[in-house]
Amino acid sequence: MSTQLLTYVAVGLSFALYIGIAIWSRAGSTKDFYVAGGGVHPIANGMATAADWMSAASFISMAGIIAFAGYDGSVYLMGWTGGYVLLALLLAPYLRKFGQFTVPDFIGERYYSKVARVVAVVCLIAISFTYIAGQMRGVGVVFSHFLNVPITIGVLVGMAVVFFYAVLGGMKGITYTQVAQYCVLIFAYMTPAVFISLLITDNPLPQLGLGAEVSDGSGLTVLQKLDATLVDLGFQAYTAPKKSMVDIFAITFALMVGTAGLPHVIVRFFTVPKVSDARLSAGYALVFIALLYTTAPAVGAFARINFIETVNGSNYAGEDDQTATPQFFKTFEDIGLIRWVDKNGDGVVNYSAGSAFEGAADFTDERGESGERLLANTPTNNANEVDVDRDIMVLANPEIAQLPGWVIALVAAGGIAAALSTAAGLLLVISASISHDLLKKTFRPDISDKGELIAARLSAVVAIAVAGYLGINPPGFVAQVVALAFGLAAASLFPAILMGIFVKRMNREGAIAGMVSGLAFTVAYIAYFKSSWFGAVNSADHWLFGISPEGIGSIGMLINFAVAFLVASRTASPPDEVQDLVDDIRVPTGAGVAHTH
Amino acid sequence: MSKSKDPQVYHHDSDNQPDHSKHDSEVISDKKVNAYWQANIRLLLTLLVVWFAVSFGAGILFADWLNQFVVAGFPLGFWFAQQGSIYVFVVLIFIYTRQMRVIESRFGVDDDEQEGDAP
Repeated sequence: MSTQLLTYVAVGLSFALYIGIAIWSRAGSTKDFYVAGGGVHPIANGMATAADWMSAASFISMAGIIAFAGYDGSVYLMGWTGGYVLLALLLAPYLRKFGQFTVPDFIGERYYSKVARVVAVVCLIAISFTYIAGQMRGVGVVFSHFLNVPITIGVLVGMAVVFFYAVLGGMKGITYTQVAQYCVLIFAYMTPAVFISLLITDNPLPQLGLGAEVSDGSGLTVLQKLDATLVDLGFQAYTAPKKSMVDIFAITFALMVGTAGLPHVIVRFFTVPKVSDARLSAGYALVFIALLYTTAPAVGAFARINFIETVNGSNYAGEDDQTATPQFFKTFEDIGLIRWVDKNGDGVVNYSAGSAFEGAADFTDERGESGERLLANTPTNNANEVDVDRDIMVLANPEIAQLPGWVIALVAAGGIAAALSTAAGLLLVISASISHDLLKKTFRPDISDKGELIAARLSAVVAIAVAGYLGINPPGFVAQVVALAFGLAAASLFPAILMGIFVKRMNREGAIAGMVSGLAFTVAYIAYFKSSWFGAVNSADHWLFGISPEGIGSIGMLINFAVAFLVASRTASPPDEVQDLVDDIRVPTGAGVAHTH
Repeated sequence: MSKSKDPQVYHHDSDNQPDHSKHDSEVISDKKVNAYWQANIRLLLTLLVVWFAVSFGAGILFADWLNQFVVAGFPLGFWFAQQGSIYVFVVLIFIYTRQMRVIESRFGVDDDEQEGDAP
């Protein structure tokens, strides 16, 4: 069978599995639809959370980012895992005890205010749509790379599949498809990683392979070899930081806090039976996530070594296997993700530090002397001739390591699973916030359970349509700022929930003022540097305290806390009943808390 | 609410109540809640200090200094940033889960279904 046919089979089988699960797990009530009936086993929920969490960015992009950023890639590794400690210790158990359906539910009731609820809904929708556009795009990209179909068709197919299980099954359908998707994606990630680790270091465990000796007889370890090779080519050493320490600190912090504040992650802990299960489930989730996250840096390092060894100094038009440029280089060049300008006209690919040409790549339709695609861009003065899209590393890995076709098919199915599972989780929190928080709890309190369920399904349909549109026509601004989702969650929802549990004195006025100021500051800062509207220069010299837009959520969070405490100290205490509510959610069990007021 | 000597019992009702446990029918005094809460805060602050130390400490602030030590082929600071902190995060959550069960059964607020489920 050809690789393409295998890929169709793998992707088709995985889709059949997801749809089968959707039919088996139809939601019959709002409780099924919002929280899967509240009876999901902690381990199953851990897997579902892992799939929910690990998106197209984790599966496809992260190892590539680490390959090219080296030590600086640690911000994602620590940032996207450390948040689970905060979730397990500070949020998940108490929100489970509170026992409602959505994140705005908690904020609305704890701060006894419809305004607070609506502010939370606005934050949630902004966060989730920013995030989901990237997922639908991810589905489209995987389709177009592996199956040679236009991105639009890929997005439409992805929409149809998500539509099926998210609208029919709600959280119940999503939970069990996510369990299946986790199995598909982790198998798809680990298989090529183990092969490549064996290939480069003779150690089958990528986590250990990253520290092992390279099996080329040089006696160097992987990291020593990378450091030496990169410095030779004019790059910074792999293990040395390139960003400033304050920025690395701020980005890591913003990603951790943002992770803990993401609504689609938080609601997963509403689906387990008990408070203690919520803690346990966060632990399992992190185990399943850590499996991929500790493998990614190894995959990144191996890919970088492989890329340099096979590409640099190779003969583009050559026939001989030893010195010829590898086939994957040309495959990705054909779809525009690798660019080569033969500056010195010797037909040899030279790779080193610096950008190969000025501006964004602009292909002409012509081919050069060696058969390479020509670019209209002005070449730069340095020796580097190669420009590479870092997203290709995971997709190209099986080809670079010359693994069989079925591994490539598996990676395609895994990438789609990662993107779909995250998209479904996001769609659910969006539709629940509309049907439950806006309709049932704010504007139409007399709606029946059945009516609410219909509204939930309808808003899921609308959300899928919007997500699909954003996937096909990605707005330049949103696509650039996934940072926005984390920054917003860190600066708005996380502090409001945390104070709601740990600070009894925090009141309505403080929480709303905190959320609004944290949100406004973070959005303004990111828009100022990331959009072209203000003509600002996005560089370290211009940033506040040297903190990039990716890390500014940390400051937004501090502003939220400061404003909230200041306003709360000058306004009335929350009503006794709300203070009693806080006591009640702090204990895992019992028939209530006795108070002497 | 007016000051009175009779304690008022508050219980939050919701659409998604946690499962039943053996303490379901017990009313818990706010004194007990406060003592339990203090024990919880002590535990979680200890764990958060470790959380901060391995990631922001060993992985970022002192990474450069730690990189002079090489363990199993890894410069230590780099290892903490890309591997070690993640392993420690996992361990921290399971320690918290375990210790919270101990604290909860000490104060009689665990959510186990039957006697003897507690560690």
